[in-house]
Formats: sequence, structure tokens, C-alpha cells
Amino acid sequence: MASLILMPALSPTMTEGTLARWVKTAGETVSAGDVIAEIETDKATMEVEAVDEGVIGKTLVAEGTQNIAVNTPIAVLLAEGEDASAADTVTRSADPAAGASVAIETPADPGIVEAPEVAQAENDRDWGETSEITVRQALRDAMAAELRRDEDVFLIGEEVAQYQGAYKVSQGLLDEFGEKRVIDTPITEHGFTGMAVGAALTGLKPIVEFMTMNFSLQAVDHIINSAAKTLYMSGGQMGCPIVFRGPNGAAARVGAQHSQCFASWFAHIPGLKVVAPWSSADAKGLLRAAIRDPNPVIVLENEILYGQKFPCPVDEDFILPIGRAKIEREGTDVTLVAFSIMVGVALEAAALLAEEGISAEVINLRSIRPLDTETIVRSVKKTNRIVSVEEGWPVAGIGAEICTVAVEQAFDWLDAPPARVCGLDLPMPYAANLEKLALPKPEWVVDAVRKQLRD
Amino acid sequence: MDETPSASGRSNGPALSPETMKRAYRDMLLVRRFEEKAGQLYGMGLIGGFCHLYIGQEAVVVGIGLNMKQGDKSITSYRDHGQMLVAGMTPRGVMAELTGRSGGYSRGKGGSMHMFSREKEFYGGHGIVGAQVALGTGLAFANKYRGTDEVSIVYFGEGASAQGQVYESFNLAALHKLPCIYVIENNRYGMGTSIERASASKDLSRNGEPWGIASRKVDGMDIFAVHEAAQEAVEYCRAGKGPFLLEMETYRYRGHSMSDPAKYRQRSEVEEMRRTRDPIDTLKAEMLRSGIEESVFKDIETDVKAIVADAAEFAQTSPEPDHSELWTDILVEA
Repeated sequence: MASLILMPALSPTMTEGTLARWVKTAGETVSAGDVIAEIETDKATMEVEAVDEGVIGKTLVAEGTQNIAVNTPIAVLLAEGEDASAADTVTRSADPAAGASVAIETPADPGIVEAPEVAQAENDRDWGETSEITVRQALRDAMAAELRRDEDVFLIGEEVAQYQGAYKVSQGLLDEFGEKRVIDTPITEHGFTGMAVGAALTGLKPIVEFMTMNFSLQAVDHIINSAAKTLYMSGGQMGCPIVFRGPNGAAARVGAQHSQCFASWFAHIPGLKVVAPWSSADAKGLLRAAIRDPNPVIVLENEILYGQKFPCPVDEDFILPIGRAKIEREGTDVTLVAFSIMVGVALEAAALLAEEGISAEVINLRSIRPLDTETIVRSVKKTNRIVSVEEGWPVAGIGAEICTVAVEQAFDWLDAPPARVCGLDLPMPYAANLEKLALPKPEWVVDAVRKQLRD
Repeated sequence: MDETPSASGRSNGPALSPETMKRAYRDMLLVRRFEEKAGQLYGMGLIGGFCHLYIGQEAVVVGIGLNMKQGDKSITSYRDHGQMLVAGMTPRGVMAELTGRSGGYSRGKGGSMHMFSREKEFYGGHGIVGAQVALGTGLAFANKYRGTDEVSIVYFGEGASAQGQVYESFNLAALHKLPCIYVIENNRYGMGTSIERASASKDLSRNGEPWGIASRKVDGMDIFAVHEAAQEAVEYCRAGKGPFLLEMETYRYRGHSMSDPAKYRQRSEVEEMRRTRDPIDTLKAEMLRSGIEESVFKDIETDVKAIVADAAEFAQTSPEPDHSELWTDILVEA
């Protein structure tokens, strides 16, 4: 049956074009792939190829015709053995586009679609007996426990095996689990991260250690484009159960390229979870949860905290839910929200404020994404003031998000504008005195609270 | 495996049985007709965004596919429709993904460049040039970790061969002796930039040499040559000897994407390739020489046309995804 050849769209934005030249004319035989015409689009002159074989019955548009809308018939193609007269009788019904008239619903205003509620797990279970261990031990114990529990879990990174970890976090793991499961890599973040993500897409559960999170930038394409998005792009077929972990934020005197917080970077990405432990219990419980999680999870550790001791439950099953904050200190006058090493700064600030008779509540976020907005909002409704404390830069930082949550969800309860305490908005200097000036300290938090109470 | 005494023999590769030749012809024709139809639907505005057609390169994916077995994994860039069809994904599901409908492999959420099948071990469909090379190395890592003899086929263009992560991957694959077949589909142009202007390395098949990666340069327009090289590479990888690199010298007839005016090459160059080296015509000529009847081709053509027409119909009538799909598949429920 004769069919119509339509004006094609040749770019995502083309709506009309000019028929510059007919390459084939009536009576000529064409096969699939032959160029039949040249068309000028909004961007360039392009060739139009025949999709089917047949004989051009007649052309419907003259050379040089401008502003031909996409899908306008431009020629009639006769099937094998058909007479040229069939070109006159061909109707729109022969048009392959006719079958395409499925209503494509585009609501004029799709409105704001609310994200479903994140299920909140039990956070406050009493795990009983604790012992004092360093954050470093807690992280190692978490990995050892999960490596024992699941054969699909493996650790990969620079110096994780024979060297026992650049910061000794993986000490002893090679001895216990062998080189199949504790794998040293060359200095090749882009490559080994991509390789680990590929393995995770098949269902293995890699723990990727970045010697520091600064080096994750070499691999950031795989974290964002490969790990975080594949589940969605595959319509739910292909998840990526992987952990990316390593020390984040400023250490001491290591300068601009090794001193920065990535919480805001990764928290921005749908498809990722981001946790930032402070204490040993946080570290152990959150890392175990991250390894078991079927999604990509970023674990932002802190080098200065590695050597600090905290009580940690000894229960073999100890684990924490991702997505729940912890109130480290209760108070009534102001809410201090912090994560990672800044939880300690906030607690020190709370102690200083107590000396002035100001009662500060300190929230340890534990999880940056998903963010436990419920705990933040409940606290603000009680204290009527909120100050966020983070080591990272202020612009588009986590503090900006926290303050927005308070304004959006507890505006009527606020007695003062929310305030942010952040690292200074500059690359980290090397000099000891300058570095000290750049990082938040308890006094900055105290000042912010005083200002809120004064205004 | 396909060698029988009565099979056709050629200097360019091993013999293939009549049945294998028919299968190869049918698969190549399916890819070609599918892509022509995709181009047409794009022209009608039914496929949006970017759409990169595989026309001209069919022998590469089909010849390699002849050597794959259940469990072998494959991964490629965004010029991915051919790989998906050869992996056994349905033309309906692929075409419906191109039109962004609920019947598509990603239920309309991936599009031409982002399509996957867990069942068929096809790992995408990646929009970032070169990313699939490191990911594909990870597929091979998983094969080895699990102790199987399955291989991972990693397709990338000569354009991607300029990416640093390709060589990071070569190093890792060679260090760990991963069962990974790297297939460079050298179609001469990375978008509009010819290989001569993009690569100081003039022989890409040697790009794995510093890592001791075994390699072959192959006439990617000739299914017999592709089949023979793939057979060697697959056997090598299954035997645990490490990665293998195949440079397929091929050619794409269409532009880089649908919106490519192709001003960087002469029309005569394309026509010359189509006329003298077309992989489907070449195979057909060989099949005719070996005594296969003309009617066989007619039957295959009719069959393929029906499959493609059915896929196109399905892709146009499958409903758009429900609005609730917006919020599904962002995270796996823990």
C-alpha cells in the first residue's frame, strides 16, 4: 500500500524546516537508507533517508518551501507493483503517524508532587552494655562484622590491605579475610570506583575506601551518574548496593586540597544516602547499616575523630538506622544542629551557654540524606531558636538546608531568625594560625546564640 | 562449534554453518530495520532527546553475540539498541523505551541512552562516554569474584578510547586477570571528530600493549572475521588468561545522533562503504554463493519487518508512565 513520507524532526527542538532540495523525484526507486531530500533545520542542513523501499509516487512539497511543520506529508511512496495513481488515493490512514495518535497527556500544571514519607526506624533502642573504643576501632569492627556476615561484601581501595589502611582503619582485615576480599588498588580512583560500581550492579556489595574523600572527586562521575541513578534509569531493575567511605573535612595542616567537607555535594543527589558519624557508636552502627543498605551510601568519616574514644554498645547485633538524628543533650532555649566533628563543638558551646544560664539542645544529625527533619522541627517548636553548626562552607551548605527546614516547617514557632555557623568561605590555608581562624569553634556558636537571644 | 564440512569457507574467517549464517543475517537485518524504524519515529517526534543509530555496525555486535553464552554480561555506551537486541531483549520493550512509554524496559524512565536488563545481563546503555569501560571491568570482576567462567563484553567507540578511565580499567583488568573483552568499535568519527584528529595512537588495537593485553584488529564490516576474532577472545577469557582487546574497524552510515548534519565527511565516503562493504550485503552474497536460496532472504525480510512493525505499534500504543512512577525507583526500600 502506498504510504506518505513525512517531514521529519531532525533535532530535539525542531518544529519546522525548509525543503532545500529533492534528491529523488517522482518515478525513482528508492531503498531503505537512500537519501531522498535535503532539509534545512533550525541548526543545519540535513539529509533525509528513506525508511522503506518503493517508488516515489509524487512529491507533495516543492523545493525551497519554507516553514514546513514536522509531520507534514512531503511525498508519497508506492509499494512494489503499485501504479502511480495510487499516489492520488493515498489517505492519511496510510500514514504511519496515524497510529501514533495516542493521547500524550501533559497536564497544564502538574503541581507539586509530594515525595513519599521516608519510613523511620526505631532509633532509641537501649543496646545495653558499652565499652570505650576509638572511632577507628568502631569502623574496623563494623567492616569485620559485615565481611563475616556476607560473602558478597568486600573492601577495596588504596592501601587497605597490606599497609593495613592509610589511617589504619582496615587493620587486621587482610589477615582475617584474605586478598580476595580485602583488595589493594593502584592510585586510580576513577578506575577502581567504576569497577566497584559495576560489580555492585551485579549484586556484590563493595566497600570503597577513599584514602580521603578529597579523592572522591576523581571518581565523582561514577558515584553520581553510575551509582546513584541506575536504579531509576533501569525502572527499578538494577540497584547499586555500595558504600563509599573515607575521612572528610579538615584534618590538621594539610592545606586547601585536603581540607574540605563534601556533605553538601553528596547530599544534593537523589539516589544517594549520606551519613556522617561523630561518636564510636555512630561509626559502628551507621557503617553496618550502610553496608547492609541496598543503595549507594556515602559515609563521611573524620580523621581527627579516628583516635577519639567513646562508649560503644558491645552487643554483636548493634546497628543504627540511617535517617534518624540523635539528641545528644536536651535543652529548652535553643537548638544546635551539627554533624560529625562539629557535634563536639556544639556540645562544648552548650556547656559554655549553660554557664550563662542558657539551655541548649544539641542534635547530632548522624544522617545528612535522608535528613531527620522531624527531630529538628520538634526541637525547634520546643526551643524556638535554631543554629546550625558545620565545618563546610556556607554557600548552599547543609546549614542552609537546615535553616530552610526550620523556616518552612516551624516558622510560627521561631523567636529569632535561624543562624548558621560555618567554616569560612575560603580555601583552607596552611599556616597554623590561619587554619585555626577558618574553622568553627564553640565561641562562634555561643556568639550566634547570644545574638538570637538579644535581638 | 559452527564448523561443518558443508559450511561455507572464506579466507577472512572460519566457516559458518548455513543455520548460523541465517541467524546472523536475520539478527543483522533486525538491528538495521529496527534502527531505520527508530529513525522514522524520531522524525515523527515520537522519540525525544538523543537517539544514536547503529546502522552500518551490525556485524560487530552480531558476530560477537554468536559467541556469547547464558550468563555472559555486556555493557556499552549510548549507541546501544543493537547490543540490546542481540542480548535478547525484546524489540517491543526497547522501542517502547525509546518512545518513553510504560511498556519500555525502564518503564519510560531511561530512554534511548539508558536501558538495562537484569534478566539478559545487559548492563546499559550509558550516557557518559567511557564510563561503561570501568563499569564493564567491574562486571568482569564480579564474574571472577563469583568463580564463574562467564565473560564481560565491554563496547566503546574509538572516541571513548581517549578517556583516562579506559587505561585505568586496562591496568586493573590486567592486574587481576579479569575475563573482560574490550571491544573498540572504531567507526572513525567521535561525533564530528575523525580518529586522525583525536588519537595520536594510530593503531588502537595496540592500546592495551603496555599492560600486556592480548589483542586483534578486526574487519568489523565482515561477520566472518568478527566471529572468528570473538571466538578467540572468548576462549582466551574463559580460560582465565585475562582481558582481550578487539579493535573493530567499522563504520556508521548515519550521523552521530539524529541531529547530526554530518558535514565532517563526504557523502561519497558513506556511499562507498555502503556499496562495497555493507555487512548485510556481504553476508548475503556469501550465503548465495554457498547455495542458499533467494527465497530464504525474502522470508527473513518479511519476518523481520513484521517484528519491527509490531514493536513500533506497541511503542506507540503503550501508555505513558503513570504519574506515580515519578517517585518510584529512586531508592531500594531497605
